[in-house]
Amino acid sequence: MKYLLVEDNHELANAICSRIKLDGHVIDHADKLADAIAYSETGEYDLILLDIMLPDGDGRNFLKHHRNLKKDTPVIVLTARSQVSDRISILDLGADDYVTKPFDHAELDARCRAVLRRKSGSSQQILKFGNLTFSPLAGQLSIKGKIINLRNRELRLFELLLNARGQIFSKQKLVDRLFTYDEDVSDNAIEVYIGRLRKHLENTSLKISTHRGLGYRLDND
Amino acid sequence: MTNKLQVSGSLRNRLMFTLISGAAVLGIVLFFIVRGYAAQIAQNGQDDILEASLSSILDAVVIQDGFVEVDFPYASLSMLDTELDDRVFYSIYNDGILISGYEDLPQTEKNNTDTNTFTTIKYKNTNVRMASAKRTLIGEKERITISVSIAQTQDALSRTLNRISKNVALFGSGFFILVTLLSYWATASTISPLMRLATSVTKRGPQDLSPFEKKVPSEMYPLVTSLNKLMTRLDLSLKQSEDFIAEAAHRVRTPLATVRSYADATLQRVSKRENRDALRSMVRAIDEASRAASQLLDHAMITFRTDNLQKELINLNALIQNLIDNLEPIAEMKDIKLKLIQKDKIELSGDFILIQNAIRNIIDNALKYSPDDGVITVTIATNPEPHLKIQDQGPGFPPEDLDNLKSRFKRGQNSNGIVGSGLGLTIAQDVANAHEAKLTLSNHEKGGACVTLLF
Repeated sequence: MKYLLVEDNHELANAICSRIKLDGHVIDHADKLADAIAYSETGEYDLILLDIMLPDGDGRNFLKHHRNLKKDTPVIVLTARSQVSDRISILDLGADDYVTKPFDHAELDARCRAVLRRKSGSSQQILKFGNLTFSPLAGQLSIKGKIINLRNRELRLFELLLNARGQIFSKQKLVDRLFTYDEDVSDNAIEVYIGRLRKHLENTSLKISTHRGLGYRLDND
Repeated sequence: MTNKLQVSGSLRNRLMFTLISGAAVLGIVLFFIVRGYAAQIAQNGQDDILEASLSSILDAVVIQDGFVEVDFPYASLSMLDTELDDRVFYSIYNDGILISGYEDLPQTEKNNTDTNTFTTIKYKNTNVRMASAKRTLIGEKERITISVSIAQTQDALSRTLNRISKNVALFGSGFFILVTLLSYWATASTISPLMRLATSVTKRGPQDLSPFEKKVPSEMYPLVTSLNKLMTRLDLSLKQSEDFIAEAAHRVRTPLATVRSYADATLQRVSKRENRDALRSMVRAIDEASRAASQLLDHAMITFRTDNLQKELINLNALIQNLIDNLEPIAEMKDIKLKLIQKDKIELSGDFILIQNAIRNIIDNALKYSPDDGVITVTIATNPEPHLKIQDQGPGFPPEDLDNLKSRFKRGQNSNGIVGSGLGLTIAQDVANAHEAKLTLSNHEKGGACVTLLF
């Protein structure tokens, strides 16, 4: 997926970019309002992450401009203003959602997913593996034409493994990606989710293999 | 927050009192003046008749062959007839010797002739008005002085005077009533610009700090000008502090966000146990700090707003639906299901932002304590009373702390350094209090905390 990040603080922007790239997405970074407008007019993005306080103007002006162009790329506002009234006015201006700085990446990820699912309409990419189809935007998995209801963590685990097929993920790494930091979970908690996912994938060409002492890997036979 | 203002008298009452007592004094003075004037006129009337009678008697006095002869004209007495049959007395003296009439009728001492004198005297135990005159008659050889007095009781006069007094008193009272009414009207119309100003100040929302621009009477101009200046200053300082808070929040949160994002990204690459634990602690500390900052700011905002409620009609169902939509992604992260049961529709008058914030805090708590794969049930119902119930499947409130917890946030204290839940419930309680709603905490029989808001 392709993200546009509008953020004037370079340190924070670098951190967000590296974190999003880690998930296998592409991200462009604009540090000014003018650049942001230029980027959004020329490039096709799946999602825009927008800071409100920018050196050459208010991020809300970008929102207005963006909506005036009838672009429906979802926008998630990154705001340092935690006041409820600010949050409401941001949504009134046409933002799809907001996260308050500093944010949990898992929360940002969850909000992006929710926004994309809401917005995903006609044209969306569908991945096919034999009798299994998966639409990443909607987060929908079907096997033999039947929609499988995956729980959120199962879905995220599946995406993670699917995006890096053939790569081994350690339990630790998976725990980091699936749980928030205020949850104290043992690395073994991941076994439950691997077990459930394996059960869902029983009659498909996708297989999760265990590698003792190393972790798990998804393969397409 | 505000000092109790001392009330000292009322402008309206003071003005009314002054006007009415002025009217009373004026009425009484008027009564006496008119009555005195009427008495004067009535007396003049009687005097005129007495004078006429006197001169007709004097005219009838002639000297015939050296004798004084008085051919008493009938008309001189008949003209003194009154409807109350006032009695008439007379005396005629010739050089001090009574010729005719009442001997004991006093004589006036005045010696000058040609002028008539009028006196009111006590005679036969009653007030009589007496006119006296002297005339010098010159006969062939002699020169004699005739003095005539004629007196009349004043029954008819007093009756007329009483009648006039009654009418004047009536007129005076009428005048008094009229002036009282007028002063009421005058007071009302004088006070009304002041009342209008007071009403429009009271009616204003707490956010409205614009100056008054309506026309005001010149006496009120200095007051309104000062008020406008005060409001401009207040507006400016409010805006400055709002901007300051926003700017401060931005300055603090952005670096926190940077540190958090780096820690987050680094954690994905580091595998050594100690390093990972250190990074996790770092992330938690950042989260704690930013949560504390948000809740402190929220709490400050709520304290300000509870003093100045901005009430509007709120559709509670829509509000909750929006909140749940917004919290869904966070709930999903822990595979928690947010279940909304809308048994009834509730509309209430309240401060939208406050109510939303309070309910969000309660649901946030539920999300924090709910186990993975748990269900949080939000129920809106009107039976037996309109209420909102939020129930989770977490460990619930410690039973021994239930009362303690309630009294703790009732006192508005938030000690013990537990920033998250303590302040969240304090906010909810403050908002409930401001809306005369009741917040109750309980534990469900099957486990889990249950927070109820009774409207």
